[in-house]
Amino acid sequence: MINRYRWYELVAIYAGILVFLGFILAPFVEGFLVSLKPLGLLFSSPYRFWPENGSFAAYYTMWESVPGFARYIFNSFFISTIVTAIVLILVIPAAYAFARFNFRGSGALLGAFLAVNMFSGAVLLIPLFRLMRSFGVLNTYLAMIMPGVAFLIPSAIWLLRTYMMRIPRELDEAAFVDGASHFYTLRRVILPIAMPGITVVAITTFIGAYAQQFIYALTFNSKTEYMPLPVGLFAYFGRQEVIWNELMAASFVGIAPAVVVIFLLQRYLVSGLTAGAVKQ
Amino acid sequence: MSVQRSTVIFAWILLLPAVLYVTVIVAYPLVDTFILSFTDASLKKTTNWVGWANYDKIFNETFAEVIFRTFIWTFFSVSIKMIIGVFGATMLNAAVPGRALFRLLTMPPWIVPMAIGIFMWGWMYNGQFGMISGVLQNWGLIDGPIAFLARGETAFWATIITDVWIGVPLVTLYMLAAMQAIPQDLYEAAWTDGAGRFYRFRRITLPLLVPSLITMSMLSLIATFNSFDIIWILTQGGPNGETTTMIIDTYRTAIGSKKYGEGAARAVLICIFLSIFCFAYFRVTSRLAAGEQK
Repeated sequence: MINRYRWYELVAIYAGILVFLGFILAPFVEGFLVSLKPLGLLFSSPYRFWPENGSFAAYYTMWESVPGFARYIFNSFFISTIVTAIVLILVIPAAYAFARFNFRGSGALLGAFLAVNMFSGAVLLIPLFRLMRSFGVLNTYLAMIMPGVAFLIPSAIWLLRTYMMRIPRELDEAAFVDGASHFYTLRRVILPIAMPGITVVAITTFIGAYAQQFIYALTFNSKTEYMPLPVGLFAYFGRQEVIWNELMAASFVGIAPAVVVIFLLQRYLVSGLTAGAVKQ
Repeated sequence: MSVQRSTVIFAWILLLPAVLYVTVIVAYPLVDTFILSFTDASLKKTTNWVGWANYDKIFNETFAEVIFRTFIWTFFSVSIKMIIGVFGATMLNAAVPGRALFRLLTMPPWIVPMAIGIFMWGWMYNGQFGMISGVLQNWGLIDGPIAFLARGETAFWATIITDVWIGVPLVTLYMLAAMQAIPQDLYEAAWTDGAGRFYRFRRITLPLLVPSLITMSMLSLIATFNSFDIIWILTQGGPNGETTTMIIDTYRTAIGSKKYGEGAARAVLICIFLSIFCFAYFRVTSRLAAGEQK
């Protein structure tokens, strides 16, 4: 058969996968082993890969060394959740409008939304800083939430629009014939059917918000109690004497939720990630 | 069929919240950047109009070098991402046991908070005790420890490799999806005619992958050009400015030194480059789409 491999082909494929995944996973493996090593072993030459007499001690002591740790994780989740909620509220109606109504200028407007994707918050940081200051939200959660939302809207619109375009128009028309209003149709006909698509958008938005909350938090907030995890840990990373095993332990506890999400929702993730790669 | 007026109004009502939001948070700051770039805005109370002075200053300083460096950095990062991504997708596309798990294992760099992956790289690059320097020494490839982030040239490549690492999962999964969309009967027909595996890859997979390759490299180009977190966390643009890209320089000038006007002028230049990339992207993708319909 076409897909049967000879033994040396199999060896080559697995070797290739090993090299590829080795590159991807090396920092995680090393980071995890570091979290098990006592500091004395870490700061000794020559370098040793395996943690001899390793322990999970760093996972206990880190709570004292990084006092705000639990708070940072909470902040990360809180910010990402609010960002996701706002993005969904803004994007669901907009995606429906783009998917269903072909009015004059709709193409250009969609293009304008997508063009937002090319700017990162970093480019617009100066005016955003002034804007946040004039709103009086510097050093609050809002300063980290508001810019984040704007830059997650374009991909969310694109994804959800693609999904909604696949819902048969006949459903809308049947609802109209029965005398339903536009709004009623959206709420009672489209929303329930689009739920899987909305789930995908919610997940990818949440991950985007969770992964990219560094620069706004770094620039627009200086209060320790509002810091999300990346910026909270950055303060420890930047020190002269970094306590690496505790920093790595904290990192692993911090990414645990994301890893759980990967395993639970991987099917949605891939479809969300690669939407657009394949022509429908 | 003419679109009913009430329908158009309804569509605009649906769009209004998102449009307003993006106008305030993206469009207005964009305009504000252009205006600021002609002023000497800073922490001072007064702001004066200075004309092209900020731009003159940029080109008299080392900024030309920064632009050049940004392009080199971006070029290598995007190219390596594409090469590793296509390699990874090819491997993961093979019908071997365990591939579902392997696909899952490509995702972590993309899915964990960027900063945390970067911390791990920060340790790996550590000179005295880090993994890379340590392993190379144990293998006898280098004589003494190398502090990768403390030397200009190695820091430059170190930041590129970390950027590649973060970008590879997306490229890989995108290219994998594109490979799986290639009709299977093409391969079967070639196989029947006796074409070998490499021949099929070179003559079927690669040519049919070209549109996706172009699309992904353009998207990757825009994202990489905007890359901030990696360099800022690892080197803050140092040592000696050897990893200072346009974004880093803009951040330094504007947020570090509080020279909003001069920072804005730099941001305007970045926007101009990004617009060119974006324009090229739309041109290329619409041409690809038109080509497909023929």
